[in-house]
Amino acid sequence: MTGLLRFAAAVDAVSAFFGRIAAWLVLLACLTSAGNAISRYLFSLSSNAWLEIQWQMFSGIFLLGAANVFRLNEHVRVDLLYGARSERGKAWTDVIGIIFFLFPAMLTMTFFSAEFFMTSFRSGEHSSNAGGTLLWPVKLLLPFGLALLLLQGVAELIKRIAILRGDNVETAAYERPTQ
Amino acid sequence: MLEYGYMAPTMFGGLVIFLLYGFPAAFSLAALGLFFGVLAIQVGYFGPEFLQALPYRTFGIMSNDLLLAIPFFTFLGAVLERSGLAEDLLEGAGQLFGPFPGGLAFAVVLVGAILGAVTGTVAASVIAMGMISLPVMLRYGYDMKIGTGVIAASGTIAQVIPPSLVLIILSDQLGVSVGDMYLGAIGPSMLQVGAFLLFILGVAIFQPHRVPALPAEARTLRGWALASKVAWGVLPSLVLIFLVLGTIFLGLATPTEAGAMGAVGAIVLSILHGRFSRPLIWQAMQTTARITAMVVFILIGATVFSLVFQGVNGGRWIEHMLSSLPGGRTGFLLFVMAFIFFLAFFLDFFEICFIVVPLLLPAAHALDINMIWFGLLICVIIQTSFMHPPFGFALFYLRGIAPKEVKSSDIYWGSIPWIVLQLCVAAVLIFWPTSVTYWIGKHEVMNQEEVDKALEGLTLPEPGGDLGTPDFGEPPALDLQ
Repeated sequence: MTGLLRFAAAVDAVSAFFGRIAAWLVLLACLTSAGNAISRYLFSLSSNAWLEIQWQMFSGIFLLGAANVFRLNEHVRVDLLYGARSERGKAWTDVIGIIFFLFPAMLTMTFFSAEFFMTSFRSGEHSSNAGGTLLWPVKLLLPFGLALLLLQGVAELIKRIAILRGDNVETAAYERPTQ
Repeated sequence: MLEYGYMAPTMFGGLVIFLLYGFPAAFSLAALGLFFGVLAIQVGYFGPEFLQALPYRTFGIMSNDLLLAIPFFTFLGAVLERSGLAEDLLEGAGQLFGPFPGGLAFAVVLVGAILGAVTGTVAASVIAMGMISLPVMLRYGYDMKIGTGVIAASGTIAQVIPPSLVLIILSDQLGVSVGDMYLGAIGPSMLQVGAFLLFILGVAIFQPHRVPALPAEARTLRGWALASKVAWGVLPSLVLIFLVLGTIFLGLATPTEAGAMGAVGAIVLSILHGRFSRPLIWQAMQTTARITAMVVFILIGATVFSLVFQGVNGGRWIEHMLSSLPGGRTGFLLFVMAFIFFLAFFLDFFEICFIVVPLLLPAAHALDINMIWFGLLICVIIQTSFMHPPFGFALFYLRGIAPKEVKSSDIYWGSIPWIVLQLCVAAVLIFWPTSVTYWIGKHEVMNQEEVDKALEGLTLPEPGGDLGTPDFGEPPALDLQ
């Protein structure tokens, strides 16, 4: 179990790293978007590439950040029944949820989106806008982010099982997100 | 019930069970969609290639410019929450209205409206207003039911007052322009602020002991000091409101870009206030990234669900059931609003918007309901969900920051008159749609005048004159051989 927990800690570190990249993308996307609007009206300069980079960074925010959010237990739940369960009950909820919901759903979606990326990569797909960017790098984010989420799922599963075995493991408690 | 097969009703039942189970909604929704997708392929609703639409749908979410507003507006709120704007506004307004009974509560409603017009995040408003106003209200003998109620309610107006994120996401789901959605929101926002102010006025007149005026020793600011305090709060707010709303209405920026400019403006404001620091901006960036990922993944999960649900005729099943409700349009609206009011006990705004709203749309279209009106009704109803005990977010935040002397029962009972007020506003909107469409209508009338003016300039040919009728000769014969 210690070996597995060490693996989970390594996955946690990877997710946290991409979480930090996602946080930087927030600031960069924001500055890019404000810059686009200002340059268009002050200097009548507009570039499709910069407009596309905005949403590509947005994709990065949620695809690279999702695994970290899962690590922090911040994906929103309907906590009507969940909130009333004991610590062990909550751990069981996640063990069953990860095995029967997260794994099949994310495996399927990773598979479909890898295919989606490969089609784009093989044809060297460019966006259809004039001066548009190469599209496959952003499409790569999709299977990559989903795979990261799967990996974090494995780590969370290990941690939950350790809790059920009575090991002393720290996991983030669930709180409803702020709006 | 079963005109469209048993698959859609089963899937809808599954939705309820999967969500109640308590695993993160994003993954439960995706799993539910895929389970039923596989099942539907077995039964023969559609072929396996149907599921290949999934990455395309997800890519549609990635490249949707409007959804980009989610991180920008969240970031704007997160920076502003830490920049001290709310504090400045409240202290100034509190001192300004303090000498009158109910004055502090008035200040809270007005500041809540201004904060709503700047940030559009409920948490930030409620926490800031609760931290500053509650201790003052407690010290000078406010009835805590009124105090906590007015703070929670004024915090939630942020949902309806433009430029709220809620309105942007709803307009994306409803397929209407964000600008029109904002224009439509003017009426409901004014109705709400007006209803809140009237309620306080009523309390101040009939039960002044519950909302006493501030005694002279509590009013430390006078004359210039007071004026500059108020100006420090109001001026930056006006600049931010212009940056966000002004640029959208003047057509200078898209709603997304306006959000980005507002966020940059908020950073500049926090620098001017001397509150800018690296931890501040880093925390704001991290919070924003996490909320964005959480929200967009609900949307991805909901997209998987909807794709398959539509594939098994779920859309037509729901439309069929909803459009056969008694009472036509009003019956439909009353049912939908009651349904959402109930759902909002369990689901948060994003879940309702991404899962439930798309299910209602076909029926609403079939009944020829104005989408902006429909969206604002949903928005006002969801707003009450922030207030219902015991799960309401606003009450929850308030409990977190209220001094120990404030009882939870005060917070719960205090919310009830405000929920009733919000439901009254919703009723006014249902039975008097002009309250929404008036502002949008005006926008069209202006265009009509311009069109008339342009037409006057045109010279019309003399009546009776030969307009040169074209020669409608015999059409060429069709050669069918």
